[in-house]
Amino acid sequence: MSVMTWTYIIVGLSFALYIGIALWARVGSTKDFYVAGGGVHPITNGMATAADWMSAASFISMAGIIAFAGYDGSVYLMGWTGGYVLLALLLAPYLRKFGKFTVPDFVGDRYYSDTARLVAVVCAIFISFTYVAGQMRGVGIVFSRFLEVDINTGVIIGMAIVFFYAVLGGMKGITYTQVAQYCVLIFAYMVPAIFISIMATGHWLPQTGFGGTLADGSGTFLLDKLDGLTTQLGFTPYTDGSKSTLDVFAITCALMVGTAGLPHVIVRFFTVPKVRDARRSAGWALLFIAILYTTAPSVATFARVNMIETINGTDGAGALYSEAPEWVTNWEKTGLIKWEDKNGDGRMFYSGDARNEMTIDKDIMVLANPEIARLPAWVIALVAAGGLAAALSTAAGLLLVISAAISHDLLKKVVMPGITEKQELLYARIAAVFAIGVAGWLGINPPGFVAEVVAFAFGLAAASFFPAILLGIFDKRTNMPGAVSGMLVGLVFTIGYILYFKGVFITPMAENKPENWLFGISPEGIGTVGMALNFLVAFVVSRLTAPPPAQVMAMVEDIRIPRGAGAASHIAH
Amino acid sequence: MDTHAKHRGAAEYWRRNLRLMAVLLALWAAVSFGAGIFFVDALNGIRLFGFKLGFWFAQQGSIYVFVALIYYYAWHMNRLERELDVHED
Repeated sequence: MSVMTWTYIIVGLSFALYIGIALWARVGSTKDFYVAGGGVHPITNGMATAADWMSAASFISMAGIIAFAGYDGSVYLMGWTGGYVLLALLLAPYLRKFGKFTVPDFVGDRYYSDTARLVAVVCAIFISFTYVAGQMRGVGIVFSRFLEVDINTGVIIGMAIVFFYAVLGGMKGITYTQVAQYCVLIFAYMVPAIFISIMATGHWLPQTGFGGTLADGSGTFLLDKLDGLTTQLGFTPYTDGSKSTLDVFAITCALMVGTAGLPHVIVRFFTVPKVRDARRSAGWALLFIAILYTTAPSVATFARVNMIETINGTDGAGALYSEAPEWVTNWEKTGLIKWEDKNGDGRMFYSGDARNEMTIDKDIMVLANPEIARLPAWVIALVAAGGLAAALSTAAGLLLVISAAISHDLLKKVVMPGITEKQELLYARIAAVFAIGVAGWLGINPPGFVAEVVAFAFGLAAASFFPAILLGIFDKRTNMPGAVSGMLVGLVFTIGYILYFKGVFITPMAENKPENWLFGISPEGIGTVGMALNFLVAFVVSRLTAPPPAQVMAMVEDIRIPRGAGAASHIAH
Repeated sequence: MDTHAKHRGAAEYWRRNLRLMAVLLALWAAVSFGAGIFFVDALNGIRLFGFKLGFWFAQQGSIYVFVALIYYYAWHMNRLERELDVHED
């Protein structure tokens, strides 16, 4: 059977499964819709959190980025996993004890202010839309490459599927679909990784495989070979970095803190029955995530070696374009691989210097990897289904945050507090439909700045939510003026810095290069400084103004101790 | 239990929780920021099979330690909560 037939079968089956779950998990209350009734088992929640968290970026892009960046790619590996330690120790148990539905709920109640709540709502919506645009784009790319349908048709099919389980089932539908999607995506990621690891080094485990010796019996370590190849071709050696140490630190820290401050991740811990489940669940979530995240650097190494050897030939003289494998020509059609025969010898050559004739998009490494390694057709189809699962599961989680921010935090809590639960649920569904529509539109008309605004999402979460929530739990003295001024300073500084170098909506005011950066910290890492400023301002302003009201102090005392936690509810503060 | 003892249990729970957190977060920073970033060059002089040690911490080791830290914290806190009688239900 052809790759295309296999892809239709496997993707079709996985979609049928998601729709089936959606029909089974319909909900009738706001509590079901926002937090899946608060009764999700910690392991189930861990799996759902893993799928929620691992997006098209983790599945499709990350290994590719590492393949090209080598050691510098470690910022994503440590950054996107280390945040869970912060989440498990510093945030999740207390937010679970607090027992409301959303992150703006906590910010608004803890800082007894609708201003604080509104700042949080705006951040939550902005962060989530930024993210969701990338997911929809991922769906479109997978569809266009593997099923050869138009990107727009692909996005619309994706929207229809998400519509089904997000609007009907809310958080409950999303949770159980995400469990299924985790299984699909991890299977799809591991199968080719194990195949390739065995082929390259004879190790079953990709995690040890890329530290092993080559299967050709030469006794050379794979990483040593890759260091040699990259040096020869004029790149930085694979296991060495080219970024400054301080910048690597700042980016890693911003990603860790940003992860812990992302509303769609935090809200998953509102769905478990008990405080101790929130802690356990974070452990399971990170374990499930770690399976993929410890495999990714291995995939990256194999992919880089395979790619260099395919394009430059095993003799390093360049492979004849007329004899190029099918994947090169397939991906050329999508414009993600380009070959320009500079020296007119009819051979392809890839290097980090003037000899280079290839332009290769990082995003294709995971998707093309099974083809590069000549794996069977069904494995390639499986990767397509996995990429879709990763993108759809994250999109759904984000859409729910947007929907809850509008119906719960904005309408119910601020604009029209008089509405009944039934009305609120209806508004939540309408908001979800609206959010899906906007997400789809962004997927079909991707703004040129999707990649740029990802730095925004993490920077904003790090510079706004994380300090506000952390101080809200660990420092009773932090009050409304402190938290609000801290969040605003953190936000304005971080947004300002990113706009200054990246433009996004305006023309950049300075060239985005290390010599111009503050302390040599790139816009990707500036959230770390924004976070530090937020902490500082919040701390100082709180000490100079009146302490929070007694009942708020009592609430902080209460969330610190597990005893007396009920299920998540919206009843009385 | 009277309210006074209960209050003392809560205060003790919080104090020991903060102390445990400080230790675990120090480990968290040591494997990622320490071994994986600031001391990566020094550790790269040591080999672990085909890996340079610093590179291994940055791309593998730190993640394993993160998972272990969370499980340990969850396990320890469950015990602490029972010991000081501040657990749920």
